[in-house]
Amino acid sequence: MRDTDFFRRWMAAAAAAVEREADRLTELDSPIGDADHGSNLLRGFTAVRAALEAEPPATPAAVLGLAGRTLISTVGGASGPLYGTLLRRTGKELGDAAEVSDEDVRKALDAGVTAVAALGGAAAGDKTMLDALLPGVAALGTSYRAAAEAAEAGAAATVPMLARKGRASYLGERSIGHQDPGATSSALLLAALAEAAG
Amino acid sequence: MSGGPVGIVLVSHSARVAESVAELAAGLAAGGAVAPVAAAGGTSDGGLGTSAERIAAAAREVDRGAGVALIADLGSAVLTVKALLADDELPPRSRLVDAPFVEGAVAALVAASSGASLDAVAAAAQEAYDYRKG
Repeated sequence: MRDTDFFRRWMAAAAAAVEREADRLTELDSPIGDADHGSNLLRGFTAVRAALEAEPPATPAAVLGLAGRTLISTVGGASGPLYGTLLRRTGKELGDAAEVSDEDVRKALDAGVTAVAALGGAAAGDKTMLDALLPGVAALGTSYRAAAEAAEAGAAATVPMLARKGRASYLGERSIGHQDPGATSSALLLAALAEAAG
Repeated sequence: MSGGPVGIVLVSHSARVAESVAELAAGLAAGGAVAPVAAAGGTSDGGLGTSAERIAAAAREVDRGAGVALIADLGSAVLTVKALLADDELPPRSRLVDAPFVEGAVAALVAASSGASLDAVAAAAQEAYDYRKG
């Protein structure tokens, strides 16, 4: 079973990963985006870490709810409402249990990813976060490590894709040949989940 | 109370764009009492982007009980409004209106200033898509 501390460790690991990779995320965002993905997520996850320390939530759902709200209010770019929605919907699905099973986590994340797709109107193959999140969540039934690896492979697979959503889509075929920054940060988020699971 | 005019919130990546379009719409809607319009542009630290706090504050500011129509420019502006609506963090009867930013803002404010309902304000703003320029 996974307790509240597991979800706090997940968010702490995500914050550390974003801190470590912020420059790379911004670099990936330079040719096809507006070169702020790393700095936006760094601001968001730094605020998440501070919020979780200031007021330690009592349940897994409360951890993800607070983290999601904080991302929406601090990121400043599209990744704020997208990751915010992912975490909040995932949290909502977990209910108010103090401990949840790995199957609960898988189902909740699946609902969270569905909510992200609905919010952004994107689908698999559009060169977005979903190209890492969908294969990642599909592999969660195997293990957290498998999910992280599938998400990483999914992010790498965005390189030859044509962007169909967001600013990168304005570039048309010139978006081809670059790895999507959102898919890359989504892979970091699932790697952080695997790290928390140990 | 629901007798007041519908309020309009303009959400842009740029504070200056949001403020200027609000000024433009208010100027073109003038002729009588103008419905409340508020700009929610840029990030909290003055950069380009979207601030959930600014959006929520602007919506509260223009809410007179008859509903709030929010018009957004692109990307995170649209997604942040949707996320706030999904979480009930905006006044009751707040709505993201599917409309072009400048033309939709003018149409919405003219309609709201005439005392139109939220549905009519949203329809007027959305109709701005039908005006072809070429």
